[in-house]
Amino acid sequence: MKRCLAIVSAVVLVWCAAPLFGQQKATIQNVPEIPYTSVPNLLKVPAGETLGESVGIATNSKGHIFVFFRSNNTRLWEFDKNGNFVKEIGKGYYGFEFAHSVRVDVQDNIWTVDEGTNTVTKFSPEGKFLMVLGRRPPAVLGAVASPAGPNAPAQKYIFCRPTDVGWDPQGNIFVSDGYCNNRVVKFDKNGRFVAQAGSEKAGKEPAQFNLPHGLQVDGQGNVWVADRTNIRYQVLDNDLKPKKIYDNLGVGWTVCVSQGPHQYVFASNSNPNGNPPGSWENTGEIYKMELDGTVIGRFGRASKEFGGFQVVHMMDCRNPNEILVGEIESWRVQKLILGQPAATKTSSSR
Amino acid sequence: MRRLLSSLLATMLLAAFPAAGQNAVPDIPFDSVANPLSLPDDIYLGEIGGVAANSKGDIFVYTRTGHPTVSLGTARPFAHGGSRLFQFDKTGKFVREIGANSYGFVFAQQVRIDPQDNIWIVDQMTNFVEKLDPAGHPQLLLGRKPEAIPVPAPRGDAGAGARGGEGGGARGGGLPGAGAQSDVFNRPTDVAWDSAGNIFVADGVGNARVAKFNSKGVFVKSWGSSGNGPGQFGTVRAIAVDAQGNVYVADSTNKRIQVFDNNGTFKTQYTNVGTPTALCITPGPNQILYSSNSNPPEDFDVAGEIYKMKLDGTIVGKFGKAGKLPKEFGTVNAIDCRSENNLLIGEIANMRVQKLTLRP
Repeated sequence: MKRCLAIVSAVVLVWCAAPLFGQQKATIQNVPEIPYTSVPNLLKVPAGETLGESVGIATNSKGHIFVFFRSNNTRLWEFDKNGNFVKEIGKGYYGFEFAHSVRVDVQDNIWTVDEGTNTVTKFSPEGKFLMVLGRRPPAVLGAVASPAGPNAPAQKYIFCRPTDVGWDPQGNIFVSDGYCNNRVVKFDKNGRFVAQAGSEKAGKEPAQFNLPHGLQVDGQGNVWVADRTNIRYQVLDNDLKPKKIYDNLGVGWTVCVSQGPHQYVFASNSNPNGNPPGSWENTGEIYKMELDGTVIGRFGRASKEFGGFQVVHMMDCRNPNEILVGEIESWRVQKLILGQPAATKTSSSR
Repeated sequence: MRRLLSSLLATMLLAAFPAAGQNAVPDIPFDSVANPLSLPDDIYLGEIGGVAANSKGDIFVYTRTGHPTVSLGTARPFAHGGSRLFQFDKTGKFVREIGANSYGFVFAQQVRIDPQDNIWIVDQMTNFVEKLDPAGHPQLLLGRKPEAIPVPAPRGDAGAGARGGEGGGARGGGLPGAGAQSDVFNRPTDVAWDSAGNIFVADGVGNARVAKFNSKGVFVKSWGSSGNGPGQFGTVRAIAVDAQGNVYVADSTNKRIQVFDNNGTFKTQYTNVGTPTALCITPGPNQILYSSNSNPPEDFDVAGEIYKMKLDGTIVGKFGKAGKLPKEFGTVNAIDCRSENNLLIGEIANMRVQKLTLRP
């Protein structure tokens, strides 16, 4: 593909690009469409301010909405369930530079993942600092050019552009790490290293990764990983041993597991940044599935219009019928009210 | 006597700068309000990327002010700050700041107001073309800020800020300057619309193309690549669309305005107005095209005048020259011509806005 791109002809470029996004197209077929509506004017941001790239979105048990976004500085805002602004959390915090994920655990603690400082931070439900994993690269070393060549060896307690965080029912912490490591790390609830799957090296084998970009843990303690550049989702057991691979749902951008006794998994085949030719036709939709992998339906498509998606970066699915999506482009957070799937022409997807 | 003097001056200017040559371009008398905007004590205007008025006469200024900052992260320096968007009422009284702390504001390039009073921002470093509604809320975003800036910047690479990291600025892999067939910009400079709401982006300094989108932001097509032939561009500095949908492009380093039909087919070019840097077409019937032969910021002893033209390229007259005094210009980057004889002028090198009244 690289050689293909280098060919100096716009016509050839388009011709070459088409198969690329064809590859990212989900191969699963006959998936029922789930109708949905997007709630207008969801978030009332402070006067004169705007959201930026809304890469992180989460809710707590009260329905409060947390948005971790890239504005002039990376910021974390809390809204109530009606979208009224409550407060900013972490203003000036050392671990905020380039937002990537926010998640809320079962105790309503707020966790941020920042790929600009290589940190995962636990805040109390009120927004007080509780614990940090990883370390911001020391500024005393100066500005360093992104190193060419292979990634440096992964270290137990240092991340390299981490992407997401999740917890099992025992409170163990799982981190997907990231853009310049290619691993999933397990820590105990006190932040002590337990195990890792993958390494700094990218790989295609089970329990290897190429840009693990999203992570969630289900009620059985299984770890769901959006393995983005490998264009698949992987499920690991609680000891990070490989269990299952889903490679028919398109690009694994981000994954969400709903709460409650009957859990569902949401997986986003997000359209790529930059809207290259052919991408809107082949990507952009979100899949809803059972924990056993049975796909129930799909919804959404790439568009800059309200109700469409512009690079869904993260989903909140605490309530599986009300999905919050945070988008990179278009700087949006949308709340989607899902209806019942349309009757399917064939039952093959069950 | 005054007319004699000015034509004498024009002759001298023409002798000095034959690139702007045209027989005896008449000077248009004009007055200037040199300080039309009143600012709160703690706000300063910096270099004026853009100035534009809406239908109520409110004035919007997108300016390079404050501190452009680079912070250190994961071996990826991040760019912040450096530009702000202000609104004034028609008397020049400060109304408010729009988009404080926006992710999109780093190197102010242009602001334009569409017929529905939406505010359009072009930022040359974040590569965003943003449509804000009249209240200032983002409605449509084209382009994307590069996630990080490269270190060290390649020597002499003027496009460095538009590269590095994901998002923003990627080359398309086609002809040099042709860009990607999408809303990936490389130092965009200006935006305009036709009567159907199609969006035309001047892209720009890093690329050498014009990109067309429909009103919903769907990419339609782009045209142009680096060069000096018809339909090629050196630096695309400004863009304007007339009521028929023709597209006027300031191809500044090639010292010409190129005119295209709505689909990008080359129609004609005007090569007698120096280095076109800012363009504006008046609304309504009998449309007028203004084009600034802006002086470079490092030289106030050349150029600087603004031309008033008919759409067919006929020069009606010209006014102003480079300088720091009122009625002189320091690298004009923006012209607002909502009213044919009442112009707002935004200057980079003088960090000011002037309100002009032409007395033709």
